[in-house]
Amino acid sequence: MEKKRLQETAKKHVPPQHKGKNALIAFICGGTIGALGQCLLYLYMELFAMEEKSALSLVVVTIILATALATGFGVYDKLAQRCGAGLFIPISGFANALSAAALEGRSEGPIYGIGTNMFKLAGSVLTYGIASAFFFGALRFLMFGG
Amino acid sequence: MTIHFNQVYVASRAAVAGPLEAQGPLKDLFDKTYEDAYCNEKSFEKAERAMLYDACDVALRKGGFKLSMMDVAVGGDLINQLTSSHYFARDLQLPFIGMYAACATSSLVIAQAAMWVEYGLAKHALAFTSSHGATAERQFRFPNEYGIQKKETTTTTVSGAGAVVLSNTPSNIKVTAFTAGRIIDWDHSDANDMGLAMAPAAYDTLKRHLADCGTDFDDYDIIATGDLSQLGFSFLMDLLYQDGMNVHNRLHDCGLMIYDVQNQDVFCGGSGCACSMCVSMSKLLNDMEAGIYHRVLVIATGALLSPVAIQQKESIPCIAHAICYERREGI
Repeated sequence: MEKKRLQETAKKHVPPQHKGKNALIAFICGGTIGALGQCLLYLYMELFAMEEKSALSLVVVTIILATALATGFGVYDKLAQRCGAGLFIPISGFANALSAAALEGRSEGPIYGIGTNMFKLAGSVLTYGIASAFFFGALRFLMFGG
Repeated sequence: MTIHFNQVYVASRAAVAGPLEAQGPLKDLFDKTYEDAYCNEKSFEKAERAMLYDACDVALRKGGFKLSMMDVAVGGDLINQLTSSHYFARDLQLPFIGMYAACATSSLVIAQAAMWVEYGLAKHALAFTSSHGATAERQFRFPNEYGIQKKETTTTTVSGAGAVVLSNTPSNIKVTAFTAGRIIDWDHSDANDMGLAMAPAAYDTLKRHLADCGTDFDDYDIIATGDLSQLGFSFLMDLLYQDGMNVHNRLHDCGLMIYDVQNQDVFCGGSGCACSMCVSMSKLLNDMEAGIYHRVLVIATGALLSPVAIQQKESIPCIAHAICYERREGI
């Protein structure tokens, strides 16, 4: 069959992508998570009389915990379908990638299942994160002496 | 290539379906539905096998058959190494043939079983397929709970299983023809839009079936494609329209019948080998038995992709196999 005719006809049936709408929703959702984090930061600083730096780590841990729980309860993927990059880009996206992959591997046991699969999706973030940290760290050391 | 059968009849059949399908328009037609995706098992893989077990069990019981009366079993599913079918079939103690054609497996296994019956190699043959949304997601896409925004063009894999007993003893539904599809690859490589990918394969098989049998749309009460999604379905209609063919409202799609696409959260429609199987074994053949339909053509469509090949930037080869059923009066 003529591929060209097929490809041209198919084009008419591809639905339009809602990039603008998706970007706006992502902006609002991502912003909400940011604002929530900021509120938590102030709350922790007040409540536990912490320094900003340690309170910040606690905020990150809180969001990771909340994501892992939401993933486990099967809520996260539904939220992510609506929020898109708004949930994917913050630390919640990374936490979900780890916990979803770990959950999936549960049926194959702790070693070959959870252990091996856990970094299946997040692995490339780590690989290139570490590689670029090394590269830019070396560059900084060579150019500015540390 | 179309093979004609003269003495193959549907003796008994069953379709079971998961929770999402149990909320769809065909909910009352399934022989059994499940409240959750685990079907009281420990893993999704076991759940798929449980559905297969139930579908075959119901099909045999409904027809008053015993497992030992079957001369051969033919089955297939979507999982690597046909895990669901093979692990289920180890309990059958029957000669077993496993087949794969992605979502077109349903037509393929029925055709294979029909050949055994037609040529007198088997008196009764059991054919079954299954698919499960969670096991397919896991194998072909991402972990189930992974929060990635899916494209609007995706389809939802049907969780369910269907089984049919074919026999040479006359009944009022006869399997009359099988058209084996050719692999059609038109350089479409978007694995999130398989409906569009498969439409040309359905188009090819449909046209060849009509040419081989010397029939037209008017000769069928319904022609149902497997799982083309809304996009692929409109693409197929467009291709037929370009050829000046009038479908007379006879063309339908099983993936659009099993779900209420407007109101259920299923993206563009249903897919998976249970999709065409469950719709055929419930809605389509029920209506034939009731005398509403007299000739039905089911064109199961399959995207024969492998996730590894897709990552290596290959396109998606697609196939469609057609099975024709006819109603016999006075039996």
